[in-house]
Amino acid sequence: MAINNSNKSKLIYTFLAWTIGGLIFFPILWTLITSFKTEAEAISSSPSLFMFDWTLENYADVLSRSPYFTHFWNSIVISLGSSILGLLIAIPAAWSMAFVQTKRTKNLLMWMLSTKMLPPVGVLIPIYLVFRDFGLLDTKLGLVIVMTLINLPIMVWMLYTYFREIPNEILEASRMDGATIGEEIFHVLLPIALPGIASTLLLNVILAWNEAFWTLILTAANAAPLTAFIASYSSPEGLFYAKLSAASAMAIVPILILGWFSQKQLVRGLSFGAVK
Amino acid sequence: MSIKLSFITGCALAALSTSVLAETITIATVNNGDMITMKELSSDFTAKNPGIELKWVTLEENILRQRVTTDVATSGGQYDVMTIGTYEVPIWGKQGWLTELDNLGATYDVDDLLPAIKSGLTVNDKLYAAPFYGESSMVMYRTDLMKKAGLEMPKKPSWTFIRKAAKAMTDKEAGTYGICLRGKAGWGENIALITSMSNSFGARWYDENWKPQFDSKEWHDTLQYYVDVMEESGPPGSSANGFNENLALFQTGKCGIWIDATVAGAFVTNEKDSEVADKVGFALAPDNGLGKRGNWLWAWTLAVPSSSKKSDAAMKFISWATSKEYSTLVADKKGWAKVPPGTRASLYNNPEYMNAAPFAQITLDSIQTADPKNPTVKPVPYVGVQFVAIPEFQGIGTAVGQQFSAALTGKMTVKQALHSSQRLVERAMRKARYPK
Amino acid sequence: MATTNSRSLARLMLLPSVALLLVWMIVPLCMTLYFSFLDYNLLSPGNEEFIGFLNYEFFLTDPAFFESFFNTLLLVGGVLVITLGGGIGLAVLLDQAIWGRNYVRIMVLAPFFVMPTVSALVWKNMLMNPVNGLFAHFANWIGVTPVDFFAQIPLLSIIIIVSWQWLPFAALILLTAIQSLDREQLEAADLDGAGPFSKFFYIVLPHLSRAVTAVILIETIFLLSIFAEILVTTSGGPGYESTNITYLIYTQSLLQFDVGGGSAGGIVAVIIANIVAIFLMRLIGKNLEG
Repeated sequence: MAINNSNKSKLIYTFLAWTIGGLIFFPILWTLITSFKTEAEAISSSPSLFMFDWTLENYADVLSRSPYFTHFWNSIVISLGSSILGLLIAIPAAWSMAFVQTKRTKNLLMWMLSTKMLPPVGVLIPIYLVFRDFGLLDTKLGLVIVMTLINLPIMVWMLYTYFREIPNEILEASRMDGATIGEEIFHVLLPIALPGIASTLLLNVILAWNEAFWTLILTAANAAPLTAFIASYSSPEGLFYAKLSAASAMAIVPILILGWFSQKQLVRGLSFGAVK
Repeated sequence: MSIKLSFITGCALAALSTSVLAETITIATVNNGDMITMKELSSDFTAKNPGIELKWVTLEENILRQRVTTDVATSGGQYDVMTIGTYEVPIWGKQGWLTELDNLGATYDVDDLLPAIKSGLTVNDKLYAAPFYGESSMVMYRTDLMKKAGLEMPKKPSWTFIRKAAKAMTDKEAGTYGICLRGKAGWGENIALITSMSNSFGARWYDENWKPQFDSKEWHDTLQYYVDVMEESGPPGSSANGFNENLALFQTGKCGIWIDATVAGAFVTNEKDSEVADKVGFALAPDNGLGKRGNWLWAWTLAVPSSSKKSDAAMKFISWATSKEYSTLVADKKGWAKVPPGTRASLYNNPEYMNAAPFAQITLDSIQTADPKNPTVKPVPYVGVQFVAIPEFQGIGTAVGQQFSAALTGKMTVKQALHSSQRLVERAMRKARYPK
Repeated sequence: MATTNSRSLARLMLLPSVALLLVWMIVPLCMTLYFSFLDYNLLSPGNEEFIGFLNYEFFLTDPAFFESFFNTLLLVGGVLVITLGGGIGLAVLLDQAIWGRNYVRIMVLAPFFVMPTVSALVWKNMLMNPVNGLFAHFANWIGVTPVDFFAQIPLLSIIIIVSWQWLPFAALILLTAIQSLDREQLEAADLDGAGPFSKFFYIVLPHLSRAVTAVILIETIFLLSIFAEILVTTSGGPGYESTNITYLIYTQSLLQFDVGGGSAGGIVAVIIANIVAIFLMRLIGKNLEG
């Protein structure tokens, strides 16, 4: 009896989950399908899900028109670079805030988050002027710096809540064994905290990958990542939905693949201190 | 000197000279079809100019404008060739931000450029930008639906006739809407259309003392007409429709009339994309008999920022891209219908082009009737047909566009929309300290 | 247990991030503050004058200001409600035993990976368009008039689009929190005869409070400056119905390259954001500790 019941509920939940998941995923699925349609088909008044002439012409167009791989490489360098750089800065900060609690810790945390409150549109010109004067316009380095800085508060915060869950005793034990702080961090803390660090890294890669304000303003031909690639297909004069879908597919799919392989990681690491 | 030595010296000198000449120019351009073609065909330029390498930045219009303006105003120096419109050229030329195009080559033939367009690109008789393609606006209509309604579209229709025809062609049950017009809020979207309309209704943005005129009878007539005709015969969702949305509607057979850019002529008659390609007719933009028609004037042009250090190479590129030879090149590779329109008189004297492009004559006529230096019936202190060439216009135009779009959805009456437009423009002019 | 030695070392380790963030915050903030008192238009350089609080006056007396302010609050609040409610539901669902859980998870996560501009374009043109969109086709199929999303319910339409983008994030965080729930507690409640609803309200929800707080904080920070979606769909219209403070700054200042006005708007936005943050911390700040 118990087995039948649990199978029945499993079936119901599976059905529910797939339906809701499907509904949520549908706009993306639709984009992916549209990327294989002709432009005329993409705006047709009787849209179809599968019954149309599948074509690769949009992908061919997009690849011949834009240096996809240059953009792709720039995206990778900028996302990965800023996330790794951010981690290098955030880990020590989070460590000290988590294990050396002072009265000011919480305020410090809130202050860091508040640096994200100045809307980018408001600081556009000042930042542009600063970048111009330092010769950082249209450089990958410049973008890495910006991305690191805008995501640093979140990284520190995530790592902080994760580190707080690690029992102090383990670290103290290693200290009593005579380990230096450096050894303590590298040999004891990092291995335990690896899931949290990994998911912080992943989240920031995703956030940096999709950042579409600074990446468009501060780049020209050399450092433009995939966000600029997509922006070049958006709303020209003339039909563009199929091509935009193809371009979007080429920008989404890498991240989707990354997400697929790392979903367990993401789920485990984003615990915000609720892990046992 | 031995032959070997002189040969080596000769090679060294040649290598040295090409490496000295080899420079890279960065070109910022819009992602419209004609510019994409220019990028495709640019190998022709690099073959003829082996020392110059091209780097491209292609973006959507609004983002491009933001980037390019920021760069030129702060002397960021990131671009050597910029694609800008007839809105920017007068403003930037006056500021001295553009290099005068005085070295376009002997065969360039500046006088071949259409006068209406050329006048929009000269400040104090100096040419600051070369037009890549020009457009006006016109009426596109479905010949089959007009026939069914028992009407014939004149070559120079009136706004009254347009309203009548749109109503006759509307069948909302069947999903056919008599007229599709831009409704999306934006200085380059609905405001471009409605301002041009207003010119033909006798209205103007400002009087000679820079006082906004939105509480005038002429503006009331314009906006009331617009709202009424869209209410009677327009498609739902029109307040979010810009050029592309209306293009999609027209191409899928939903519109009886579409008044928009002349470049659309090539799109709607393209069999590959348009379901109604063989059922399209063209007419001049409508008027009210007051002496100005409701069409606008725009050109995408190529210019060199004065902060660029490679102005010679940049000018060479501009000369190539806007020359007569370029038109022939496009015709060879893509057909005459795809040649960038609206810039040179010689194109319109070419029978091959006129045959391949059924909308060519209307385009030419429309461009020639537009006069950016005298756009309205009554005198005005500004230049620009569908815009006012002052720096504040982008913001003001968009804000007014939002009011008009609210009137279109019925959220405001026409009177309220005009009243709030008047107030906000007055406010903005005060802030910007006009009259200057 | 921290010795003085580790205390000072801790401060040293904290230094890089604090110093960097300080510079990152101070420099733009000071420049913005400075510009906000100038009559500085990028397109007429060399004419900058000190005009005191005039920029602020113009921004705050803008007829659109109050509406934008409320729209901003509505936008943030609306998205929070939908993503939290939907997120909790999804988290509970995904916690159950189901076949193909990995696939469902990636489907639910996917919207977070898409660029905001692309999401907005897809929703606007392929789904919400009242003539050609899929929702319109569906409405016609069941015989109702299609909704003109961006004309009739512009702010709600944007809320829908943004919620779709952020739902995965909320669901993910809440799912993790649920998976860390002590099963023993639930079993004990079962033995006591508690039904599913009381289990949910008295055990699950309180356990989620910290995760919920985290979601609210992070989302609020991002949602206060929603911009791309508005730009692509409604351009803030009709009227000012879908304009938020960020977009107002854009149209009033940035569009015409009025750096002075834009800076004043930016400072106002920071003040508003900080007020909202203080308010939030009062409400839920306790949940961060523990």
